[in-house]
Amino acid sequence: MGASANWIAFWTILIKEIRRFGRIWVQTILPPAITMTLYFIVFGNLIGSRVGEMGGFSYMEFIAPGLIMMSVITNAYSNVVSSFFGNKFQHSVEELLVSPIPNWIILLGYSLGGVARGLAVGMVVTVVALFFVDLPLYSVGLIAITIFFTAFLFSLGGFLNALFATTFDDITIVPTFILTPLTYLGGVFYSIQLLPEFWQNVSVLNPILHMVNAFRYGFLGITDINLGFALGMIFVTSVIMFGVCLHLLNKGVGIRQ
Amino acid sequence: MTDMYALQIKDLTKTYANGTKALKGISLNVNKGDFFALLGPNGAGKSTTLGIVSSLVNKTSGSVQIMGADLDTQRTQAKMNLGVVPQEFNFNQFEKVFDIIVTQAGYYGISAAVGRERAEKYLKKLGLWEKRSTPARMLSGGMKRRLMIARALVHEPDVLILDEPTAGVDIELRRSMWEFLQEINDQGITIILTTHYLEEAEALCRNIAIIDQGSILVDCPMKELLGQMNQQTIILDVERGLPDSVHLDQFETVKVDDHTLEVVINKDQTINELFNELNKASVSVCSFRNKSNRLEEMFVSMLGKSEDA
Repeated sequence: MGASANWIAFWTILIKEIRRFGRIWVQTILPPAITMTLYFIVFGNLIGSRVGEMGGFSYMEFIAPGLIMMSVITNAYSNVVSSFFGNKFQHSVEELLVSPIPNWIILLGYSLGGVARGLAVGMVVTVVALFFVDLPLYSVGLIAITIFFTAFLFSLGGFLNALFATTFDDITIVPTFILTPLTYLGGVFYSIQLLPEFWQNVSVLNPILHMVNAFRYGFLGITDINLGFALGMIFVTSVIMFGVCLHLLNKGVGIRQ
Repeated sequence: MTDMYALQIKDLTKTYANGTKALKGISLNVNKGDFFALLGPNGAGKSTTLGIVSSLVNKTSGSVQIMGADLDTQRTQAKMNLGVVPQEFNFNQFEKVFDIIVTQAGYYGISAAVGRERAEKYLKKLGLWEKRSTPARMLSGGMKRRLMIARALVHEPDVLILDEPTAGVDIELRRSMWEFLQEINDQGITIILTTHYLEEAEALCRNIAIIDQGSILVDCPMKELLGQMNQQTIILDVERGLPDSVHLDQFETVKVDDHTLEVVINKDQTINELFNELNKASVSVCSFRNKSNRLEEMFVSMLGKSEDA
């Protein structure tokens, strides 16, 4: 297809994805807002007031960026995995497969649909956070780059999961047993400087630690890790993940017999 | 020669991961503007063949051209030429009828404005316009089938594949779908049909291929195939009660009940000859009909031969 037709096809997928999570906002946008409100009340307000400062900021200020990033990661991932697997389950993915849309457009449309939900939820959670704390802005550019590419990376992760999934159980395994532990151990609630050296070194292997710290740096200007490495890792992993998903899509893994 | 064909399949094979050889090197040509039937029993390879043509199944080897465009090397053009109405409902059940059509248009690079115009055109033609704002899951089975036809036509393809389009559809609706399909075929769209209703294939299709166990058994004009029939069975409803034994000199008969007689007519015999004999035997006939559809008899006979081989 020509560039103009590709653009229409891409836009069609993206709008369809945005309409989908918008139509079921009670399942997609509202729950993270409520969950994060509870986090702010329990961890930020009640327990946080006893924790004291972390990295020179109140505990509430410290955890707010991490909580925003946590909701972006989970929502970007779950949007794509549930939408694409749902299409596989209903066979409506065949609408795409019979059409002339290039596979990279399909991949881009779905993953940016995931980014859109991640960012929408991120904005809602940020608004919720502002009820509890005044968040400083150290670098808006860094915030934007980090959150966009992190959401993109986890959207691609969701796509990969959906390609291989054959049952609804398969789309909950990765978020439950991999994503959630990595997120909770990814420096959302603490600075890794509080850990013994051995566990600090282990924590550095967790990619989510780098994303949370880069994002937090955009607000507070503090970080436990090397920012250049963090941004490079997010970008390079996104490119690799896009290539892997595209290769599998071209081969028809999980979607063609 | 390639330009003559709407669909050209060459040496197509498919072996599934479990080792099943679904297609054993089939070749098939469908002329432009044809109304073509691809028939075969369940598991014969019809859906695999159409799946490969529709890009839903990966082929093992061979080639497919749609309106002269190769599916491997001219993928976009080949796909633009093709509309597919699958056997199973394969749309998002939660989306509205109108949105499903417009979204499908978008997948073909058609702008939303044009997509909306065409959605209106085809939904009206297929009697679904009143249901345009209804979520697809709320439609009846027949409406869902028509929705899939409208969706397959939205990019105005040259070739339309219909995989059992009238399965589970009531007789009245089936007839109206036949009329619609004949209308679009008259407008130049090549139609390739699979169906288990053989009277449907006989009524609509000009050419036919029968596939079984991954091989093409027959590929010829419908008339030619039906002309090969050696015999057909006629059922006669008679006016008065039949005697215990009815004997006709030149025809094999079976008395079904006191008012029904089955007669086998060979290819070299005529209905006139039958009625002459019936008159001699003082059998008065109220009405008569074929015991089964002619194509059905031929189909069963061909598959029987295939199994014997």
